[in-house]
Amino acid sequence: ISTLVVAEHDGGSIKPSSLSAVEAAVAISRENSISVLLGGSGPNLGKAALHAASSHPLISQVLVADADILMHPLAETWAELVHLVQQKGGYSHIITASNSFGKNILPRAAALLDVSPVTDITEISEPHLFVRPIYAGNALCTVRYVGKDPCMMTIRSTSFPLHSDLAEPKSDAATISQVDLSTFNEESFGKSRWLKLASQDTERPDLGNAHVVVTGGRGLKSAENFKLLEKLAEKLGAAVGATRAAVDAGFVPNDLQVGQTGKIVAPELYMAFGVSGAIQHLAGMRDSKVIVAINKDADAPIFQVADYGLVADLFDVIPELLEKLPEKK
Amino acid sequence: MKILVAVKRVVDYAVKVRVKPDKSGVETSNVKMSMNPFCEIALEEALRIRESGAADEVVAVTVGPAQCADTLRTALAMGADRAVHVDAGAAPVLPLSVSKILRALVQVEQPGLLILGKQAIDDDCNQTGQMVAGLLKWPQGTFASKVVLDKAKQVATVEREVDGGLETLCLDLPAVITTDLRLNQPRYATLPNIMKAKSKVIKKFTPEELNVEIKSDLEVVQVTEPPKRKAGVIVSSVDELVDKLKNEARVL
Repeated sequence: ISTLVVAEHDGGSIKPSSLSAVEAAVAISRENSISVLLGGSGPNLGKAALHAASSHPLISQVLVADADILMHPLAETWAELVHLVQQKGGYSHIITASNSFGKNILPRAAALLDVSPVTDITEISEPHLFVRPIYAGNALCTVRYVGKDPCMMTIRSTSFPLHSDLAEPKSDAATISQVDLSTFNEESFGKSRWLKLASQDTERPDLGNAHVVVTGGRGLKSAENFKLLEKLAEKLGAAVGATRAAVDAGFVPNDLQVGQTGKIVAPELYMAFGVSGAIQHLAGMRDSKVIVAINKDADAPIFQVADYGLVADLFDVIPELLEKLPEKK
Repeated sequence: MKILVAVKRVVDYAVKVRVKPDKSGVETSNVKMSMNPFCEIALEEALRIRESGAADEVVAVTVGPAQCADTLRTALAMGADRAVHVDAGAAPVLPLSVSKILRALVQVEQPGLLILGKQAIDDDCNQTGQMVAGLLKWPQGTFASKVVLDKAKQVATVEREVDGGLETLCLDLPAVITTDLRLNQPRYATLPNIMKAKSKVIKKFTPEELNVEIKSDLEVVQVTEPPKRKAGVIVSSVDELVDKLKNEARVL
């Protein structure tokens, strides 16, 4: 068994979601030869490669594809890159995190390799036996991959948490080698151009990886009122989330949406304010460790999944919480 | 220019699905079926592009058993000009094979744009658009929240919903686009249009006629209910909540 982890990097480090993909590779087998693929160009790529090489004791190799055309995560180039690396490496598995990067690239690469990919894996029972949610998490499907190598998969990062012992970088780092791009199939390049990324600059933690998430629903009533939640988030060191209803009402941008059609989160603490608990929202947060719901309506379905419920007006509760919650250390 | 739109028949989004006692799947008999909501958005976008004058024909296509013809009638009633039904029998078809069927149809129809929903709400795969784009070597704009077509330059500018923001790509046509929820609000079919749709043409193919072999390299072993979260306690005040979070749950 050998696995290629298609990784992302940012600011000279391998992203946590990619390290979750490495954890998933370990879940396939402890006897797994794990290679991490990084692409892009510039000084941060080299830094990220060094970081990746010492980020997990079971990574044996870091492959670096250094080319300007890999600067942006275009599916056309990245799928060809995965195809090229697979042709040379003959891996039994290819894994990436199930995020907007992985979901965009991996199925395209799978089509080039003529295999069926497996999306959104939450559990690995055997090297070819996986569990994945279907119907927005209302059912769990166990699937067996019976095709040729490679078995290609995207994994839910929240289901493969990082082990805390990874904080200590190990001394015997993995080897770093450059991918030979001389045989890159450039037939489909140049037909798509990356123009820009409009990002919300924020000091708060990323929604997908935060330990605490505070979410607002339609009950927040306005974009202005979301500022209250932001204050609470600052106090807790939390990320802010929203329901689809709050997004549709225009209170917040869609990248804050938690749910089947938005982000899947599983923080230590999830606090829902004015959230009714629609099925599609629950699908995005049901794996949180502790769920707190604050809602005026005692019959709101969110209370059926909450560990702690408080039937009260959120506009009274938030100021009181701001006063009474301990400062984040 | 012609636009091809792929649509899928799924359990209606408002139905609470039930897992079958024998764990073979979810109950789909006597359950309301509808067009996948993301596919409705894909079709709506195609219709708007045609109405803007940038395209002159919208063709809806589906892959699945005989009943999928209903979904195509809905597409025709919404405004598609004609429809293609690839009858692959009752067994589920994996996205890889659906992509190969769509590639074959693209070769027959020669569209300038192929639009699909980003995922179906039954298997939640989120694969088909990316896969058919790869097979065709076409550029792809997945999870689109805004599409602007430039007919003169033959390019589509696509805004995509990605982690941490909105990404903008420029794609040469022909291209594949998959739709996210915020792209548009799909229209309802009006009664006169439902009547008119009955006389529109649905062309039928089999996978064999398109020279596509249906491949099954992924097997469903079982489908089960997710573990239930049990309801917790209702606290009476903010003080009690903070106390529980500190001393019982130990998350503060």
